[in-house]
Amino acid sequence: MSAVLEASGLGKRYGHKWALSECTLAISSGKVVGLVGPNGAGKTTLLQLSVGLLRPDAGSIAVLGGHPGTGPVQLSRVGFVAPDTPTYSGLSIRDHLWLGAMMNPSWDGKLAESRIDKLGLDPSQKAGKLSGGQRAQLALTMAVAKRPQLLLLDEPVASLDPLARREFLQGLMEVVAEHGASVILSSHLVGDLERVCDYLVVLVDSRVRVAGDIDELLACHYLLTGPRRDHGDLPSDEHVVSESHTDKQSTFVVRTDGPILDPSWSVEQLDLEDLVLAYMAHAIEQDRRPKLEVHS
Amino acid sequence: MIEFNLNKRSGVAPYQQIVQQVCHALRLGFLEVDDQLPTVKEVVGAIAINPNTVLKAYKELEHLGLVAARPGVGTFVIKTLSDDSLAAHGPLRQELKRWLGKARQAGLDEESIEALFRDVLWSTSAEGAA
Repeated sequence: MSAVLEASGLGKRYGHKWALSECTLAISSGKVVGLVGPNGAGKTTLLQLSVGLLRPDAGSIAVLGGHPGTGPVQLSRVGFVAPDTPTYSGLSIRDHLWLGAMMNPSWDGKLAESRIDKLGLDPSQKAGKLSGGQRAQLALTMAVAKRPQLLLLDEPVASLDPLARREFLQGLMEVVAEHGASVILSSHLVGDLERVCDYLVVLVDSRVRVAGDIDELLACHYLLTGPRRDHGDLPSDEHVVSESHTDKQSTFVVRTDGPILDPSWSVEQLDLEDLVLAYMAHAIEQDRRPKLEVHS
Repeated sequence: MIEFNLNKRSGVAPYQQIVQQVCHALRLGFLEVDDQLPTVKEVVGAIAINPNTVLKAYKELEHLGLVAARPGVGTFVIKTLSDDSLAAHGPLRQELKRWLGKARQAGLDEESIEALFRDVLWSTSAEGAA
């Protein structure tokens, strides 16, 4: 089976609140997946379910064909970097690598040392003395040196400055190019993901709003601007993602596999950021809409 | 060896930008037959993009018959886009530099220069076609 992650009706509940619900995904191997959504959308919950730090309350999840967190084999195949790339501040870089070697049967010591060397870090330095960017690189080194087939990163660059962010993503992409690992990384900033990801999952309010290959998503979404009209007037194969209106003008983001035939629209392609924002705005609008409203 | 850079605001897909930059280098003689393109790892390490984007660009260049992959070694240029006119590039470049100097002295900014150049290019090529 070539799926790195397969979820079906997956859900996780904290008390009465569902942090993730009805999550169905099938992500094939070799992808770099961007998991995007506002804070509290369920990104961390989905990642922790994938590593096995959490157990589902509904549905099922399979990672690399196995159950997350069950047994040493499954654990060795999945690398995980928690938010803010934690390290042991009192331990030196050398200690970190030693720990990694002791705790991971598939540890690649050469890879770890060459990465630290290439980064120009002194192995005797304590992790607590490293800059944020260096600490992130150390955490990435720890995760990749176990040679996982799937690397999960939860907001790895959120707290880094732009240069450190770029360097971190360069390092990550080198690992993907060299070892062919699949990656799922979460961020609430689309700009971070645009260059490195080829698959997108947008989570809003604990639900998957859209998921797919980025090239395909960009090719089937359009921004339409034109004279004011209701969304009911659009052809049935044009699925409305978001809409806004003034007295005279309407703006729609639609998803459709066919061409836009109506000549009264000015048609534009969206970039990734616009596309993600359209799905987020759509979700917010839906929540604000009175529940009993009937659309004619 | 050629280095790539990405322009986020150009509206051109990243893989297409790499294809264009290789074609550009071939046309100007910066890349010649048997020159090696940077490896995928080198490119992603330099500009932090998805390796598949680079692979897609290299596939496209292969499809265009410009480069070929030698398994285990790398990707090499097999055809150039420059021709005999390359020898004329040097003098033309000099003249263009002089012309640009005059344009700047006359107070044109980058955008005006580009607009003027494109306009003249289009109008003369339209005349040529007519």
